[in-house]
Amino acid sequence: MIGWTGWRLAFSFLVFPGFLFSAAIGLVLTWVDRFVSARVQYRKGPPLFQPLADLFKLLLKQTAVPRGASRTLFMLAPMLGLVAMCLTSVILFFANIYPEGSFVGDLIVLVYLFALPPLAIILGASASRNPLSAVGASREMTLYIGYELPFLLALLVPIIRSGGSIRLGELVAAQQAGGPFLYSFSGVIAAVIILLTIQAKLGYVPFDMAEAEQEIMSGVFIEYSGAMLAVYRLTRAMMMLLLPLFLITVLWGGFADWWAVLKFLLIVVLVVLIKNTNPRCRIDHALRFFWFGLGALGIVAVALAFVKL
Amino acid sequence: MSKLGLWGLKKSPWVYHVAAASCNNCDIEILELLTPRYDVERFGVVLVGSPRHADALLVTGVINRKSLPRVLEVYEQTAKPCLVIGIGTCTCNKHIFRNSYNAVGPYDKHLPVHAYIPGCPPKPEAMILGVVKALAKL
Repeated sequence: MIGWTGWRLAFSFLVFPGFLFSAAIGLVLTWVDRFVSARVQYRKGPPLFQPLADLFKLLLKQTAVPRGASRTLFMLAPMLGLVAMCLTSVILFFANIYPEGSFVGDLIVLVYLFALPPLAIILGASASRNPLSAVGASREMTLYIGYELPFLLALLVPIIRSGGSIRLGELVAAQQAGGPFLYSFSGVIAAVIILLTIQAKLGYVPFDMAEAEQEIMSGVFIEYSGAMLAVYRLTRAMMMLLLPLFLITVLWGGFADWWAVLKFLLIVVLVVLIKNTNPRCRIDHALRFFWFGLGALGIVAVALAFVKL
Repeated sequence: MSKLGLWGLKKSPWVYHVAAASCNNCDIEILELLTPRYDVERFGVVLVGSPRHADALLVTGVINRKSLPRVLEVYEQTAKPCLVIGIGTCTCNKHIFRNSYNAVGPYDKHLPVHAYIPGCPPKPEAMILGVVKALAKL
């Protein structure tokens, strides 16, 4: 017997706010991304149904598995990222809708869940037995090691300012009582760090070395075709919804009110504008930037948070 | 392929550029086609980096003994269904290389070609028209 709780869990995982809801919003966001990019270049841009057409086409195309590839891992790796993002969506939305219902340590769980899509990409790319894919996987790994340090340092800021809480619900409640953490020196620094980390987690320029189309021909995705490529694109679309929402939750007062929609769109457009106005940097430059640039900034932010600035 | 997939294919043909020993003129014209001036993303056309992602192969150049096996390999690696579109007069009838010992004939002797776009090089407008006609036949 599944029971009422089981059905409710299944519904929240598959429909709202899990898979269907976040995938639908994520697809609209990929259109926003392409439309804003087109406007930056004085183009008209694709129509609104474009992400849907891409998705249907990919789902119904042939799916090729390269000879000699590790078949099971190659097929399962994309699903890992998708499932992680569905779970992230459920935790994130429930922490904002019922702040008292969130569990202790869900902030840490989310950090690990956000680490799964890059891990899935690395696993899938390594399983595909393609040299360019291997180059992409090694870059993705280096990039992940790079951005995770400043990301964690920036997450220490809301933890310290809320008095040592690692529950998303408590973070939201603390911000609704005493104003968002963003409106302070440490909060602004942490937000900038998380914004640049979002850029890297989404694999957008200037941090898209793992799938550099011009040098290593889509790198990590080179052997993926058809439905599995669609799953990767869907995962990325969902990340485009969830990462900005995560930033709003931990630093900008949660998204219980309608102002959050504006905040959210502002962050998304900012990410797309950074993507469109920057060249791709080299992987060693990115690592140096994240560790010694943003890492140092992160330490400053943590120090400022301790003295309540 | 189902109706929905066919609609998706028509609305988002991702192209992969196969330069099979051409003189580079058609290649440069393809790059111009993909610039913001012509904005082919309006029709969902995106240049992709891997044949696995491609729905249409834009092949340029007179095919010769050395490039034929490579082109065939790229065609085999492309996820089906995929269109093959020959760009330039060289792909249609060998053009000025018709007496060459090395040219092995028009593309449709070796793989299924959906559209030829003649011209030396063809204009980007002609390429858009060719792709539209090839998609209409599907």
